[in-house]
Parts: sequence; structure tokens; C-alpha cells
Amino acid sequence: MTEKPRVALFVTCLVDLFRPSVGFAAVKLLEDAGCTVEVPRLQSCCGQPAYNSGDRHSAQAIARTVIAAFAGFDYVVAPSGSCAGMIKVHYPVLFADDPSTADQARELAGRTYELISFLVDVMKVERVTARYDGVATYHDSCSGLRELGVKAQPRRLLASVAGLTLKEMRDCEVCCGFGGTFAVKYADISDKIVGEKTDNIRASGADTLLAGDMGCLLNMAGKLERDGDPTKVRHVAEVLAGVAGPALGEPGDGA
Amino acid sequence: MKATSRAFKANARHALGDPNLQRAMVNLRTGFAERRAHAVAQLPEWEELREQAVAIKKDALAHLDFYLEAFEQKVIANGGQVHWCRDAAEANETVLAICRRLGAKTVTKGKSMIGEEIGINDHLAANGVTPVETDLGEYIIQIRHEPPSHIIAPAVHLVKEQIAQSFRETHRDLDPARPLMDSRQMCDEARAVLRPRFLAADVGITGANFLVAETGSSIIVTNEGNGDLTQTLPKAHIVLASLEKVVPTLEDATTILRLLARSATGQEFSSYTTVSTGPRRRDDADGPGEYHVVLLDNGRSALLGGEFEDMLRCIRCAACLNHCPVYRAIGGQSYGWVYPGPMGSVLTPSLIGIEAAGNLPNASTFCGQCESVCPMKIPLPKMMRHWREREFQRHLPPPAYRLGLAAWAFFARRPALYRLVADVGARVLGVIGRGRGRFRALPLAAGWTQTRDMPAPEGRSFMSLWVERQSQRKPR
Repeated sequence: MTEKPRVALFVTCLVDLFRPSVGFAAVKLLEDAGCTVEVPRLQSCCGQPAYNSGDRHSAQAIARTVIAAFAGFDYVVAPSGSCAGMIKVHYPVLFADDPSTADQARELAGRTYELISFLVDVMKVERVTARYDGVATYHDSCSGLRELGVKAQPRRLLASVAGLTLKEMRDCEVCCGFGGTFAVKYADISDKIVGEKTDNIRASGADTLLAGDMGCLLNMAGKLERDGDPTKVRHVAEVLAGVAGPALGEPGDGA
Repeated sequence: MKATSRAFKANARHALGDPNLQRAMVNLRTGFAERRAHAVAQLPEWEELREQAVAIKKDALAHLDFYLEAFEQKVIANGGQVHWCRDAAEANETVLAICRRLGAKTVTKGKSMIGEEIGINDHLAANGVTPVETDLGEYIIQIRHEPPSHIIAPAVHLVKEQIAQSFRETHRDLDPARPLMDSRQMCDEARAVLRPRFLAADVGITGANFLVAETGSSIIVTNEGNGDLTQTLPKAHIVLASLEKVVPTLEDATTILRLLARSATGQEFSSYTTVSTGPRRRDDADGPGEYHVVLLDNGRSALLGGEFEDMLRCIRCAACLNHCPVYRAIGGQSYGWVYPGPMGSVLTPSLIGIEAAGNLPNASTFCGQCESVCPMKIPLPKMMRHWREREFQRHLPPPAYRLGLAAWAFFARRPALYRLVADVGARVLGVIGRGRGRFRALPLAAGWTQTRDMPAPEGRSFMSLWVERQSQRKPR
């Protein structure tokens, strides 16, 4: 038997702060797939808020800490298409003016993956053993979809979840209006966009909304809750791992 | 056109509260986005065509001086004239001088975004020449005294009741009993008004989708045929074109034409594709006596060789507008200048400066849909990010935002410190929020919590829990 791949989990700030259960679900899925999982302690953020705000200098400084923290692992996996896309697609561009770091950035980019696509494309996972009784609809988060090609992989694994029916909503590939700081800077436009998204979620007839990015999930869950909509909102990894705590925005006892 | 891009947020708020606009914008998806998707799906060589088109434009831009001079020589050989204009003022003066020389009283116009960019209508009107827009959408916004809200469908923000009302207010001879219920009836009404205008015009002005260096031709595409009447009936045909419109050959133009209509309206080809090569020749039965190309730079040549050069590949199909969630939410007039949506958010700061256009490159979620539908593969989000970097370097973002970003970055680049803060933050927010499961108001995210809840954190950071569980898993 070949040695298990050593995978470093890039937790992402929103999972770390808002929803540790997604991190533990990711660890379970990776371990079930045959990986040894480690979580480097000295990690913070991928730097995307600085990068997308035009603060290239801070983005580079933060990216250097990520490059250092994740050196030496076989793979780096994040439960987010947005954060994984930042490392995989944007880090090499970010250091275009710094060739030595650019080499390291490219090397890191080459072994960095979004969680679900890593499970399916690299670890060749074809099914999970979880059960979820409900009708779910899946929102394709923009960065995962358009930067990393995450589309079929979550649907493939969701199809193996016992008791779960997937019902596609209209415009599942259209942005939810989150966009990081956009959601606060242009709050009323963001609200209009997420309102159309939640209309489509409701029209799908699903009782559960799934996606692979915490930012989008917080945005859509926040809108559904304000509207008094009972749709449950979860990260797709929670359902695939069979984690069953309160859904996003539901009262809980704390972790 | 005077820019109101600095008031983008206020403009957007107004648009979000405009029920007619919101009703009209729904048509954008069915009318454009879905038809485009269908047309693209029908064409197996779509991606290959995109590659070819990008290569054509890259070559044209790399040798722009050569192709433009070749174009001019051909235009002269065909009996026409090219007027090189550095800016809007020079272009306006050039057009006015031609009109004056010909004693023009009225000028008909095909749709031209360059005309909007230089404000030709206002300039002509101020100098006693009456411009008449002949594209139905442009005609509607002209009689309503509004700027266009879309680069190929200028009146897309209006519902038909508003248009009918504008006709009734403007068309003095319109019988009040005549029904204006549907687009057919309104088209007939506009046609009845515009026909005599075509015949009376002294000069016709059109835009250009392409300038062809090989033949000295300009090409326009329309769905109404108004461009043909505009350019063939009067004494002179003036083409308003920016310099990046040039392509080397007719073959190149037809390659890009295969992408243009599909991207724009989902048609395989527009109803009319008109190639104009010089003025009427001796044996021609009709056609304009003079053919002028007003070739506008207006800041474009400064983009060559820089990080915004790719923007000069744009063929103005508007696919990026039609697929942009922000554009679809607020319409085009919110952007405050001639070019709205993602292409405008890159082009506007390039042409009028980042101080005047600062909001625009920020008003994007970076969803990437624009780039994925762009037939010319223009990396629009990347270029918006470049503009944000320039803004940041010049300290243009609001102080509170810069301060917040700096504070966050201070911790994010010090992971050990960040860990402490994140652990405390998760606990504090968790304790406050976990009873309800969500926040209905948060001081630093008031914009968010005005219309949305913020789900509460679970109560501990992942990292602190992980360290705890690891020590339980492997007792030392």
C-alpha cells in the first residue's frame, strides 16, 4: 500500500470564525478518503480582501505567510472555492513582480485544491456514506465554478448521500451578491442580487440550500432568515460528512 | 457627456427603487442572456472562433499605426477622407465643419456610442444643426432627454407604457385614439415620424463596428435598417469611429461578426450588415456624395502597451452587461457615463480618469461571469482590480475603509496574533449570538444587517477546538 498523502487543511477565516463544524467535516472527508490531515497553526487568511481592495502590498505580505505555513505538504485543501482559487489562480499573478516568490507561489498553487474537487478529482472518491433526509438545491459559488471548474464534483458526491434529493434551482450559476466587502460597501445592490437568488431557492422547492463557500452561505442564509424562510442552509461538506449540528443561523448551544 | 459616476451609489439606490426599471430589467435575461446561451450552444466551433478573434485583435493592436494608415490610404483611394481627432472637441468640430460647409440643417444618426462619448448631439444642436436619432432605442431616449442605459439597447430600462407616453407627448400629429399597446404599433408610429426625416437630412452620421484596413471600408450592423437610410440618402456620410475598430481584412471582420451578434442578441447574424466603401461612384444609382471617417483617439492610444490594452479588443456586444448581476440590478444609467456594466467599469476610468469614475471598478462582486461570456476574452475582473490598485495607491478609497482594511491586514499578516484575536472574537460573538442563532444588527456591518441577518458563529474558533481535540486524541 502506498503511503497516505499528507494534506494540510487551509481552514479559511470564515470557517474558523463562524463554522468550525465545516472544518471538522472537511477533516473527516479527507481522512475517509485516505489522507493524513494536518492543520498548520500559523495560518490566518488567504489575503483576498486586501487583494480585491487594491492593497497589493498587504496581500503579498499575507500570501507570504500562507506560502511559509503550507510548505512541504503533498496537498493543501480548503473548504472554499474562493480561498483555494486565490491561492491557485491569483498567487502566481500577485507575485509577478517578484520572481523568486512567484516560483514558490506557483509551486503552492500546483498542489492546492478546493475540498470537494480534491476528493473527486485527486482522491477519486466516488461516494460517501452519509445520510441526509431532505430535498437540497446547490448554489455554484463563482470562484469555485469559474476559476476552478467545480461543478459536477459536488453533485456527484451528493448523489450518493442516502435520503437526499437534489433539485436544481434556476440560475444556480449566477452570483449571490456576496462579493466579500462588496456586500457591505454596496449593501443595497448586494441585497437586490441575493433577493433574486433566494427567490430562485424558494421556487426550487428544496428545503435545504447547499454551497461550498461560507461567504455565499452567510449571505444567502442571512437573507432567508430575515425573510422568515425556513430553508436550512449548510456547507456541502457538512452534508457529505454526515455532520448534523444546527444549520446556519439556527440557535445552538455553541460548539 | 458629463459624468455622474461619482454619484454611483445614489444613482443605484434610485434605480433600485424605480419599479418601471426593475420591471424592464427582467427582460434582459430572457431577451439576451438566454438567447445568447442558445446561440452559443448551437456553434461547436465557438471556443475556436474566440481564439481566432482574439488573435486578430491582438495583431491589429500590435500594429495599429500600420493598419490605420493603410485604412486611410484606401479611404482616400475610394474618394473619401479620414479625420484624425485626438479628443472629443476635435471630433465635434470636425463634424460641425462638414455640416456647415454643406449648409446642413438636419442630420440623421445611426446608433453610435462614439457619438455619445463626444456628445455630438449637444454640440450640433448648440450650433443650429438638428440631430435626429433613427435607431428606435436611441430615438426614444432622445425624445426623453435621457442618456442610453445599454450599449446596444439604449432604452432597455424603459417599459412600453413609458415609451407610449413619450410618443404621445412628443408627436404633435399623433391621433389620441391611435393605440400604442405593443411594440409593433410603436414601431409603426416611430417609422411614420422618421421617414420624412431620413429624406430631409443633409448629413448622415453612423458609428462603425469595424474599419477594414484592406478595403478602406466601414461596417455597421443593425436590426432596423435605419443605418442604411441614414448613410445612403444624405449628401454626406460621416462615420464616427474610435481607432481600435480597425481590423486588417474583410475576412477578419467576418470572423468577428460571427461572434458579435451571437454574443449580443443571440442572433446568428444581425438583420443588416452594411459595408460602406467610399462615397457614391460615378455609376452608382445612389449613395452619399461624400464619405468621411472621424477617427477618434480620446485616450485610447495611451492604453496601448499597458495593463488596460486588452480592453481595446472590446467589440461592444454588451454580453458582459447582460450577464452582470450588478448591471441587471441597477441598469446602465447608474454608472453615470456612456459605457455601463463591466466593460464600462474598466473603460470609463481609462477615458475620464479614476477620480471621476472611482466607484465603478469597485462595484463588482468579481463573479467572473463577464469574462466567461466575453467573446474577446477580455479579463475584465483583472482590469477592475488593476484600477482598484491604482485607487488604493492614490489614497482614494474612504478613510474608514482604508483604516478597517489596514487593521485587518495588520493581524492577518501576523498569524500567531491573528489566532488569539480570532479565538476571542469567535467566543464573544458566539456568546452574544448563539441564543438566537443570528444577529439582526451589527455595528460594523450595518449595510448588511439592514436587509439581512448575520448568522452567528458557533462559538469557538476551529483552530482552538482543533488544538484541544488533538491533545485529547493523542495524549502525551
